[in-house]
Amino acid sequence: MQAFFDVFDIYLLEAVINGILLGGVLALLALGLNLIFGVIDVTWICYAELVMIGMYAMYFMVQFYGVSYFVAAPLTILLVAVLGAALHYLVIAPLLTAPPINQLLATGGVLFVLQSFATVAFGIDFRNLGIRLPVLAFGDMNFSYARLLSFVAALVGMVAVYLFMTRTFTGTAIRAISQDRQIMALMGVDARRIYLITSALGGALAGLAACLLVLQYDVHPFVGLSFGPITFLICVLGGLGNFIGGFIAAFVFAEIISLGGLFSDLEWGYVLAFAFFIVMMFIRPAGLLARRR
Amino acid sequence: MLELRAVNAGYGTFQALFDVDLEVKAGEAVGVIGPNGAGKTTLMRVISGLIRPSRGSIAMEGVDLKATPPHKIVSLGIAHVPENRRLFPQLTVDDNLKMGAFMKEARGHYAERLDVVFDLFPRLKERRHQMAGTMSGGEQQMCAIGRAMMSNPKLLLLDEPSAGLAPVVVQQVFELVKRIRASGLTVLIVEQNVQQVLKVVDRAYLIEAGTIRASGTSAEMLASDTVKEAYLGV
Repeated sequence: MQAFFDVFDIYLLEAVINGILLGGVLALLALGLNLIFGVIDVTWICYAELVMIGMYAMYFMVQFYGVSYFVAAPLTILLVAVLGAALHYLVIAPLLTAPPINQLLATGGVLFVLQSFATVAFGIDFRNLGIRLPVLAFGDMNFSYARLLSFVAALVGMVAVYLFMTRTFTGTAIRAISQDRQIMALMGVDARRIYLITSALGGALAGLAACLLVLQYDVHPFVGLSFGPITFLICVLGGLGNFIGGFIAAFVFAEIISLGGLFSDLEWGYVLAFAFFIVMMFIRPAGLLARRR
Repeated sequence: MLELRAVNAGYGTFQALFDVDLEVKAGEAVGVIGPNGAGKTTLMRVISGLIRPSRGSIAMEGVDLKATPPHKIVSLGIAHVPENRRLFPQLTVDDNLKMGAFMKEARGHYAERLDVVFDLFPRLKERRHQMAGTMSGGEQQMCAIGRAMMSNPKLLLLDEPSAGLAPVVVQQVFELVKRIRASGLTVLIVEQNVQQVLKVVDRAYLIEAGTIRASGTSAEMLASDTVKEAYLGV
């Protein structure tokens, strides 16, 4: 946590660039949540808890079993992808036609289950990878190498999702199913399978985020609370289910946090970001780029 | 090719089809005419598996459709152009056509089928990068038929292809149906535009309140008093 605070130094440009770096990871988190909401029309309240499980997976593989970071990362992505698919299969699929409040309560229940599971299984200690990446000095500005790496990896992840969604038959079907679910069978598409793949993809994005966040944050059972709520705010600000809106909103939020942190404490950056969100909900209640429904 | 025997179907407690018998032979064009709410769309949906019959049997070339999952029916060679076209409005024409070739058997022939469809509808080629929802009604109908053709079907189900289109465009749509027929495809077409549809089909069924009231060749139907009085306004 401390490394995260230290990054915010006194220079404006540095703060702006750090905001962009932070925005990359937030955009990645928002993309996963938006994907699930936009395609399946359910909100995974427990999204950040999937990230938490992924961070623990990274911690145990790297710190405990001595697996190399770059071997552990794909395994973690795979694990959380399977977790996402399981979440859909076991919790969401039976509730697909249930009222939205029931779906919210169910995924909210999963949130507490995962938190409690982590508490019982791993204890409440803060743990970290023990990897200290160097700080990159560029003129008078300092950038955390971990953040730079995270930003690049997040961008690569998002580009990969974009290519998958636009170039493949399955990706096209994922975009199509959100527009007209009923006729998918006429295209020879098994809607249940597409939902499962989408959930696995959402999980994979959470897994990637976990691999990146574990470089900067300590992991503990409640770490999800530090970025779960903000991910939701970003998605709502961008217009739930709107990928582009979520992407833009992630950077807007990150800049407010980063610049707000520059002029006072980082905590004030968050206060400003949340205040901005509340104001925006009055001005543009359907999000920055309201999605036509 | 397609055979329905004593098919009953509906939505919940509402029954829309009563003991419907219907047959389409390979190479034929068959029309189903009747008033609004007669069960025409339900009939199409039962064939393509969107709703399941409560009783009766449906077979495509001897394969029992009741035992086939809905998303597998298109693999048997049945392509359904649904009522109101039902394109994916926020996907491009290209992506809509891609969805038509989603099933495994069709993916390998994607490029060839795209050529066939663009040959049939040169207009779609010009619009391939446009969002389907922003096109005119006639163009959307072309796209919907093109999407169905992407799966290289044996039997094409057309549900009210002329609905909501300007008279000139309706004319074009029926011209298209003729061309599709000429390419050797079997067609089952549901229409309220009785006069027009009887010009392009070999045989037709008249359906009212979920029951087949009459059937015969186009000439017989045109001559039939029931059809004349109720639908041709003669």
